[in-house]
Amino acid sequence: MMRLPAFDYYAPKTLDEALALKQEHGKEAMYVAGGTDLYPKMKRKQMTPAVLIGLSEIDALRQVENGQGLTVGANMTLTEVANDPQIDAHYPALAHAAGLVSSPPLRNAGTIGGNLCVDTRCTYYDQTYQWRKALGFCMKKDGDICWVATSSPRCLAVSSSDCAPVVIALDGEVRLAGPDGERTIPAGNLYVDDGMEYLTKSPDEILVSIHLPPRNGWQMAYWKLRRRGSIDFPILGVAVALKLEADGVCRDARMVLGAVASRPLDVSDDLKEMLVGERITPELVDEVAQKAYRPAKPLDNTDMHLSYRKKMAKKYIAGALSEAAGLESPVSPISRQ
Amino acid sequence: MTMKSLLRLTVNGETHELYTAVHKTLLEVLREDLQLTGTKHGCELGECGTCTVLVDGQPILSCLALPVEMQGREIVTVEGLAEQGEPHPLQTAFAELGAAQCGYCIPGMLLSAKALLDEESAPDRRQIQEALAGNLCRCTGYVKILEAVELAAERMSEAASP
Amino acid sequence: MTDKNGDLNVVGQPWMKVDAMSKVTGETIFADDVILPRMAYCKILRSPHQHALIRHVDVSPALERPGVLAAITGKDLPIKYGILPVSQDEEALCSDKVRFVGDPVAAVAAVDEETAEAALEDIIVEYEPLPSMMSIDEALAEDVQIHDYADEGNVHKFVSLEFGDLEAGFAQADHVREDVFFYEGNTHLPMEQHAAVANVDGNGRLTLWSSTQTPHYVHRALEKVLEIPRSRIRVIATPNGGGFGGKSDPFPHEIVVSKLAMITGRPVKVTLTREEVFYSHRGRHPVLMWVKTGMKEDGTITAMHFRSHLDGGAYGSYGVASTYYTGALQTVTYPIANYKFEALRAFTNKPPCGPKRGHGTPQPRFAVEVQMDKFAEDLGLSPADLRRRHIHPPFSKTVNHLTVTTIGLDECIDKVVEASGYEEKRGQMPEGKGVGLGCGSYLSGAGLPIYWNDMPHSGVQIKIDRGGGVTVLCGSIDIGQGSTSVLAYVVAEELGLDLDDVVVYTGDTDLTPVDLGSYSSRVTLMTGNAAIAAARPLREKILKAVAEETDTPEELLTIHDSLLYRTDNETLPLMTFAEAAALAEARFGTLGAVGSYTPPKRGGNYKGAGVGPSPNYSYSACVAEVTVDPETGIYRVDKLWIAHDIGKAINPLLVIGQVEGSAYMGLGEVMMEEMVYRRGLHEIPSMLDYKSPTTLETPEMETFLVETDDPEGPYGAKEAGQGPLLPIIPAVANAIYDAVGVRVDELPISPEKVLAGLERKARGVEPRVGPDKIPDVQFPDPIRVDRPEEAPVR
Repeated sequence: MMRLPAFDYYAPKTLDEALALKQEHGKEAMYVAGGTDLYPKMKRKQMTPAVLIGLSEIDALRQVENGQGLTVGANMTLTEVANDPQIDAHYPALAHAAGLVSSPPLRNAGTIGGNLCVDTRCTYYDQTYQWRKALGFCMKKDGDICWVATSSPRCLAVSSSDCAPVVIALDGEVRLAGPDGERTIPAGNLYVDDGMEYLTKSPDEILVSIHLPPRNGWQMAYWKLRRRGSIDFPILGVAVALKLEADGVCRDARMVLGAVASRPLDVSDDLKEMLVGERITPELVDEVAQKAYRPAKPLDNTDMHLSYRKKMAKKYIAGALSEAAGLESPVSPISRQ
Repeated sequence: MTMKSLLRLTVNGETHELYTAVHKTLLEVLREDLQLTGTKHGCELGECGTCTVLVDGQPILSCLALPVEMQGREIVTVEGLAEQGEPHPLQTAFAELGAAQCGYCIPGMLLSAKALLDEESAPDRRQIQEALAGNLCRCTGYVKILEAVELAAERMSEAASP
Repeated sequence: MTDKNGDLNVVGQPWMKVDAMSKVTGETIFADDVILPRMAYCKILRSPHQHALIRHVDVSPALERPGVLAAITGKDLPIKYGILPVSQDEEALCSDKVRFVGDPVAAVAAVDEETAEAALEDIIVEYEPLPSMMSIDEALAEDVQIHDYADEGNVHKFVSLEFGDLEAGFAQADHVREDVFFYEGNTHLPMEQHAAVANVDGNGRLTLWSSTQTPHYVHRALEKVLEIPRSRIRVIATPNGGGFGGKSDPFPHEIVVSKLAMITGRPVKVTLTREEVFYSHRGRHPVLMWVKTGMKEDGTITAMHFRSHLDGGAYGSYGVASTYYTGALQTVTYPIANYKFEALRAFTNKPPCGPKRGHGTPQPRFAVEVQMDKFAEDLGLSPADLRRRHIHPPFSKTVNHLTVTTIGLDECIDKVVEASGYEEKRGQMPEGKGVGLGCGSYLSGAGLPIYWNDMPHSGVQIKIDRGGGVTVLCGSIDIGQGSTSVLAYVVAEELGLDLDDVVVYTGDTDLTPVDLGSYSSRVTLMTGNAAIAAARPLREKILKAVAEETDTPEELLTIHDSLLYRTDNETLPLMTFAEAAALAEARFGTLGAVGSYTPPKRGGNYKGAGVGPSPNYSYSACVAEVTVDPETGIYRVDKLWIAHDIGKAINPLLVIGQVEGSAYMGLGEVMMEEMVYRRGLHEIPSMLDYKSPTTLETPEMETFLVETDDPEGPYGAKEAGQGPLLPIIPAVANAIYDAVGVRVDELPISPEKVLAGLERKARGVEPRVGPDKIPDVQFPDPIRVDRPEEAPVR
């Protein structure tokens, strides 16, 4: 039986208490929400906090507020996000993405906040302690080498969140509470292209909520590649948001790729350049796909061959873009998740 | 020194008080402290669904749940499915249709199915597949399992209608 | 037993399994559910090296850790063992050398599992690394040997056999094809991780509870390694939470906990982690295959030359048998006039391969069935018609001296072709959709035992209580396939019992007569026949006693539903079974009986003839329908139609369950499952990364049972647990070809490979993905065996 290493556990009722506990215990402590990412990693000794600060009893993290747009508490479970009628009505791509995370029982515990902060993944890193020891520890934990590319100065673990690309593509913001107060940042600014230090959120900060701006006619889609229809992490994600005029002309566009770098990869600039002011046609979709997939740099550290994933980036971009634009996808529905 | 805590857990309608290490998962506490060995385990990493139990009616992975967070909530394991010695219609249907071959994944499978039927009394095949998509089975090819859920749903609907 | 109308009362009905309610209530006690007072826990330290000499092991620091009760190394268990008498190459704990990452080196017993695990870190092991060989090519090129008993270098086993006259056969052929295929290794992935508990009682008797498919072989291995007479060891096989062949070897952890229980005087439990299950493996061998076949215009196979290279991993396991099995049954599925089979199994520094569902036969089946499709295209024939031309006459011999009894392959093909609309759909569906056909045959148990002996393969004992309860004892073990239920059905049928009056105890070396184990699809046929042999004399005694008491002619008496009747008046029972049994006990003394079964001695008289013979062979056919996305290579199997020649379905519900389960496992193998290694390590030793299909990938299945009433099987039965896997894989491969015109001659058929084929097609290159050639290896001169006189040419 894989077991958790020993730790002390605290269940604060308020954000302030949680922050104070973290200050008290310092680096030895970690926050935990659903635990579905952290506990397996602790069992494999990828993370070994001596203290866990459970966030599940903090009511402030569990609210959905309707104002200018929608604010989703970080502790909403992925099941709740997937099934929430407001989210489904206004941000269907987010409901869709949340519903594609892992498996049904996991989504009942895993949270949206946890998915946004999910640890970067790598087939050299997501292994047991004994396995990693046998190979030689990698730089992400206990070692100093990156086995994916041994000359790489940095860790190349892969951003593996389904929800993050969507939240970024929807121009969402995240609210962080820290010892020095709260701050709100664009969701895209939460991430860094580094497999180890992949978040700008300091370990002391708590992700409180996600704010999504009013939909205002944005069309959106999320496409996910993985081997199976359940359980698996994304090995490619494409989130697209399009603002289309009544006459079908594109006024604004955003696209974020998941699982092709250590952070969600925002390729909106390329997209805007090609789409804004244009009527979206299958030919244009193809043209965009030919270009927008290029920054995707899949590496040999997830399921499926990296060259295949690179090719699929092009196809899935075309698929997601077509879906958001209301066009027939060139990629069959059997490839769509 | 391992941090222990006094837990009060409601499992299958019974309240248990136990003093145990906080880092023991719900799976370990059910199997080892309460000797409810009906809950099985296949990976302990949240990857197979075998250890699924219900918490407040929702299927969750007991290998990734801390008992300390489960206090005050209703935990149901396979041992709690029967009522007054009467098996749950899902149990009967699984047994009758041969949906349990080795039976090892079945406790988790039954609990995921129960949560589905509690929510949706007449699910279609696709809904059942999706509800059980986190519970791996290596024996059956799932066919008999899906049929058993349908049969149980049918019987439960019949029993509920006047 | 048939009643006066020749009807069966129990057999043939879709009864619930006798253990079904225990399985759905959580009552069933699997090995990890065994909890004993004072139980200690064991963890095993495993090698971090692929190949290394062990220079020094020091467990003393572990012993100093509070809570640690004992720590052992290879020195404590120096005797080698192995499932096959020819491959006694395993150690419970490696003493001088490790051969793969995960090879066990030392073990600790402690008061709890956490302490035991922590103590592993205290153990000091010094290794001297050796060159590691992670592929057949590397193994053949390297001078350093993994085992010194290999046939040559790192070739564990060479096989070279020629039946008939190959050259003459090819000379008669109008068409000759040579194709190369690769079938990647994969593993059983039972949901239950292996577990075992050992206890030594006050008299020094050892009891081992284990999730094993083969308690008898574990019993023998414990005797050998622990040097305790078997009479003082009891092995209890707990119901297996899935086996599929993966729990058929005696395993290090079973021996280790036994030793630790002896040392500590406490019960000791071990439960492998999922990663350790991957290291225990014994799964499907990766096999590279080259097959050259000659056919006449009419489809007659005049000659086949089949070569297979097996990557065996680090130990022998069942490997010698696996090697022969990659060649043995080609001739059973279709008649082959002249046949040459060459094979080698190489040792590599990976977890050892062994028997997985279909043992050595899914690989050649994939190759031959895909080649059949290619031939059909060459000859302009329907693949179904081509196969229909290759049906053995019943009760005939194959060129390699195997005896085929009944054969339902033609009917199986008809069923699936008709139900699926194969002929109408083939080549006619919209782009991206296609259908494919595959066939196969499998044995209902090996004709010879694993270790040479003249004793029965299966024994059943029956006792009757004065209350009318009937207890059946048999050494077999239920691994989910329903073997315990089958015993109950057979005995209930024979003695005329209500099923609720029968109780079955299995897999306990103290209580149950030997059955060789739940492998090789042998259990229904062999234990069924043994149960009949035990029950019939008992029935005669009971009828005789009742006849005497009631003054009725014996032939007028019958029993069903636990009631005795006169056949001329079945409305009014004469008495209950319990009353009848009491009469019989008074008349004959205590009621009990034993029965046993030994397969008929068949097969050829050449070295290697021991692999392949079976009392009878099942046949299967499958049509798969797929949808392929030509943009991504991603495909979905929409439906499987499977027909299986079961001989006679003792319980059709359970047979269909076995067919569906086999189909599922085949589907996993063709679509996604593979054991892959990188930098010497298993790349994906987890349930997340080793992909097995979920509910969402598993298609609708329609199953047809074909009954051929085989004279060898109980009530005419054949096996069901393995054969139906075989046709699935080529059926899907052939369907993908039909859908998009791409041949993926390499398993698994991943979207990457389908897309690579599509890209080749777009470039105008042969749309095939797979190996180009098989390395040139000098095989020994073949053993030449004449075609048996009674073997039909076609």
